[in-house]
Amino acid sequence: MTERIGVYVCHCGSNIAGTVDVVDVANWAAEKLGHQGVVIARDYKFMCSSPGQELIEKDIKELGLTRVVVAACSPHLHEKTFRTAAKNAGLNPYLVELASIREQVSWVHSDKAVATAKSKAVVSGAVSRVIENAPLEEIKVPINPNTLVVGGGIAGIQAALEIANAGFRVYLVEREPSIGGHMAQFDKTFPTLDCSACILTPRMVEAGTHPNITLLTWSEVVNVAGYVGNFNVTIKKKARFINEELCTGCGICQEKCPKKVVDDVYEAGLGYRKAVYTPFAQAVPNFPVMDKENCTYFIKGTCKACEKFCPTNAIDFNQQDELINIDVGNIVLATGYDLFDARRVSNYGYGRLPNVFTSIEFERLSNAAGPTSGNIVLRDGKTVPKSVGIIHCVGSRDRNFNNYCSVICCMQGLKFAHLVHERTGATVYNFYIDMRTAYKTYDEFYQRVLEEGTLFVRGKVAEVTDAARYSNEKGKLIIQTEDTLAGKQRRIPVDMVILSSGLQPRHDAKEVGKMFGISCSTDGWFTERHPKLDPVATMTEGVFIVGCAQGPKDIPSSVAQGAAASARVLDKILQKEVALEPIKATINKEMCSGCRICNGLCPFNAIAFLADDNVSEINPALCQGCGTCVAACPAGAISGMGFSDEQIIAQIDGLLLRNLEPA
Amino acid sequence: MTDNTFEPTIIGFTCNWCSYRASDLAGTARMKYAPNVRLIRLMCSGRLDPTFVLRALSEGADGVMITGCHPGECHYIEQNYKALRRFLLLRRVLQGLGIEPERVKLVWASAAEGARFASETTAFVEEIRKLGPLCWGKSSEQLSVISEQPDDLLLITDNSQKEVPA
Repeated sequence: MTERIGVYVCHCGSNIAGTVDVVDVANWAAEKLGHQGVVIARDYKFMCSSPGQELIEKDIKELGLTRVVVAACSPHLHEKTFRTAAKNAGLNPYLVELASIREQVSWVHSDKAVATAKSKAVVSGAVSRVIENAPLEEIKVPINPNTLVVGGGIAGIQAALEIANAGFRVYLVEREPSIGGHMAQFDKTFPTLDCSACILTPRMVEAGTHPNITLLTWSEVVNVAGYVGNFNVTIKKKARFINEELCTGCGICQEKCPKKVVDDVYEAGLGYRKAVYTPFAQAVPNFPVMDKENCTYFIKGTCKACEKFCPTNAIDFNQQDELINIDVGNIVLATGYDLFDARRVSNYGYGRLPNVFTSIEFERLSNAAGPTSGNIVLRDGKTVPKSVGIIHCVGSRDRNFNNYCSVICCMQGLKFAHLVHERTGATVYNFYIDMRTAYKTYDEFYQRVLEEGTLFVRGKVAEVTDAARYSNEKGKLIIQTEDTLAGKQRRIPVDMVILSSGLQPRHDAKEVGKMFGISCSTDGWFTERHPKLDPVATMTEGVFIVGCAQGPKDIPSSVAQGAAASARVLDKILQKEVALEPIKATINKEMCSGCRICNGLCPFNAIAFLADDNVSEINPALCQGCGTCVAACPAGAISGMGFSDEQIIAQIDGLLLRNLEPA
Repeated sequence: MTDNTFEPTIIGFTCNWCSYRASDLAGTARMKYAPNVRLIRLMCSGRLDPTFVLRALSEGADGVMITGCHPGECHYIEQNYKALRRFLLLRRVLQGLGIEPERVKLVWASAAEGARFASETTAFVEEIRKLGPLCWGKSSEQLSVISEQPDDLLLITDNSQKEVPA
């Protein structure tokens, strides 16, 4: 069947017509491309205006056009406009093709003859291509109203609560025994110095008791299948060796457990816990976890002190890991960050010099519920420091480690300075490269710490050493640094050094990203759909990222992102179904040889191999439409809708003007 | 013909997310570059079937420019690496066919790199101009030429009229 094609050449005022002879292009198309089916070629001042669109709609109806080519601006600007116009006139929107003669021609070339000639070629390419276009329909899939939130830090809790409050089911999965995340370890939060537990624990309790939130702690996501609206997620619930139905959280098992273990996670190695434990008193849920590696019963086969004393018989040594399978429509990843390992900066001596502390160790030291009950003391557990040096940017803004700024460390260093000053009266030095105290009331806090008498030295610290050169350095840690404001080298002896270490992506962020079908930036953080305009969505529909998983950020920003993602999820849930672009690949089973070359090429796991039929199959809802498999199929069995081989080859021929003479 | 400068015809493949947007940006910023490249928009450089390149070269193109997102920035996670593999293989195939592999070029350009897109395009046109016309397959009968002379606005001229600088 011969198509009836309309070609519309836009003047765009003088934007196109100033450099391209639009009348000539239209006449040329009518004359030279008539054999291809061009029945009408018009030029018009502004095609995107209402009269311009009506022109197309009228021609579709009156001339019975079956294809439309609009030679105007970039398809990224007005493709949708003209497709909608076609749809209004009863033509399938995917039978409209844009030929960009503005961004790609008139704006980048100055010679009118050359620009006109190129425009003709571009129009010719579009005409040849549009003949091969197929009518496509948007794919509608229903949305499961349940949501999975991965990570129970403050960002994840916020997202879970907002969605649950709107009346929808949320599965909140946390790797550790309790939700709360890093924030649960802090004493005070900058810049207001609210007690972290006081503001966090009510939220934790709310999440733990919310009727719409299913809390799965001590659990990890092990598999994700499906696509937006219809994810199927497998979660491994690790054995707690505690029957959650029976446990009342009374804590007697912890009291009676004879085995003490250094707590490397919650207490950052400064305190102890038992082999059966809840990480902290306000843990949610309040059920303890049995640490199989350290439990005397699991090691030696005897003990069972906890079982003996448990008043409700909740201890169950035979419990096994359990796999839970759930269906959700959307996923929010709030997997957080790892702290930069300060040992890597060996010249700062962490791990070698006892009185060098990391920021998280100091958080525990200063925490009233911590191992020293909030007394800021040296590693010996009793000496109060008389002078303290706080080193900023440890592992951040450093080409040897991480290039990026970890955002929170300046304010964290200032907070530490304030707490040391307030509780010990010690002299405090801050060593910084640049002081970054952006955001609301942060700089005021900096001013406050300045007024308190904290000393600031601008310069990157070269070394922390215990090798004294002068008598006043004996028994101290000496901070060797350049003072860039004074223009000289300084040696400052202190009793205690705190390293304000940076944040870095989770060690397993890459694998987690792969499991959920999202990518990581070169620094390793999860990549957002758009850095400015779409910061919580990802390239994978239905998967959102919030908090530090997306990049270093403070608590207010993490909470804001959690809330933002919940709005996006609710938007999807309330629409009840989602329309997917029909730019997808499909496999012709008759032609597929079952070679499976395409299987490994798809980063979205959209291609499944059907062993019984010996053919591969593409799940249209998972397919993102990149077309890599189409190009790879040796049998030519895969076709890419919207970008088929026929369309592209026709466009090549058209652009090269191989279509001018009738076949 | 009075002007004997060889004007190559080049087909450019762009990815919808990075390089096509770079060309959009070059337009918005009114950056001027050589007019010899005619673009085809794909969703991803990974969609590029090497036969498209061969088709273009055999149908009259003197060179083909393949563009995509920078490594690590692919909209589809990693498909530009697949384009890179195919590109490297294709160059070897071209060599085997007696065609200068330099006629096919791979350029990474992010959506923010309009200037890079423009300068790489101009540079490639100059490279192909130095190589001269390809005259491969059917293209030996016809060659497309963009000339400054209004009479030569016809995009196709007889090969016999065409003089190629040595």
